[in-house]
Amino acid sequence: MSAPLKLHFDIDGENFTSAGEASVKVKKWLRQLGLPQDIIRRVAIAMYEGEINMVIHASGGYAEVTVFPDRIEIILCDKGPGIKDVELAMQAGYSTAPERIRSLGFGAGMGLPNMKANSDTMKINTEIGVGTTITMTVNM
Amino acid sequence: MTAGELAQELSLNILCLPHPEREVTGGFAGDLLSWVMGGAKEGDAWVTIMSNLNVVAVASLCDTACVVLASDTVLDEKDLKTAEEKEINVLNSPLPEFELCVKIGELLK
Ligand SMILES: Nc1ncnc2c1ncn2[C@@H]1O[C@H](COP(=O)(O)OP(=O)(O)OP(=O)(O)O)[C@@H](O)[C@H]1O
Ligand SMILES: [Mg+2]
Repeated sequence: MSAPLKLHFDIDGENFTSAGEASVKVKKWLRQLGLPQDIIRRVAIAMYEGEINMVIHASGGYAEVTVFPDRIEIILCDKGPGIKDVELAMQAGYSTAPERIRSLGFGAGMGLPNMKANSDTMKINTEIGVGTTITMTVNM
Repeated sequence: MTAGELAQELSLNILCLPHPEREVTGGFAGDLLSWVMGGAKEGDAWVTIMSNLNVVAVASLCDTACVVLASDTVLDEKDLKTAEEKEINVLNSPLPEFELCVKIGELLK
């Protein structure tokens, strides 16, 4: 691998029941590239949680995944409401998910902690009323 | 033990079994999807009562060996079709989660 490889996905904000599609595709793609299992798994988990968050909390956005020789970078960008208190949102168990979303199995408040746990770096840029961009890297 | 053998041993109903030869190496029980994402390991039999399309995505991303739907929960036809496409094994049983886990645990000893 010399030049970085990149995939872009538009994430539909309406579709709570089939969200995760982009993450499943990324996983398949990384497999085809022959990357190590544990790296693929970490990327898949981190990206899935971010993808779902964009759908349920921010009515969609886009995701960009780039494979560099030494790391994988995942960018998740939305124009949602923003996160008021990032430190609070990062706490395990904190969730503002509404009831109808909880009934689908979301809302444990474990998504952001899972993203943190499965990435080597994670940066959250968020502004109320403007949106949220999360950049994560997973080292090879 | 394979997913197919697990289904046979516990008389599980086969909703979709594209990979009967998948090796079951452990188990995980949970209904809250991000708990499962954070905890389930590759090769686990995932026992849950959650039954919507997100279960298929999580099973696929976590590489679980099979999903075992407890208490007679089912996936609807459309979701099962997706499971088939994504090559996810989905079984079900009338037993509640705890009893299923106990039995799976016995078999994996
Ligand atoms: N992209 C986002 N835009 C706006 N708010 C967000 C975004 N992502 C997360 N949040 C806020 O942070 C909280 C915690 O997110 P986290 O992913 O940890 O839990 P959750 O999505 O509520 O539940 P789970 O991920 O366990 O299903 C959310 O409930 C929401 O209030
Ligand atoms: Mg979440």
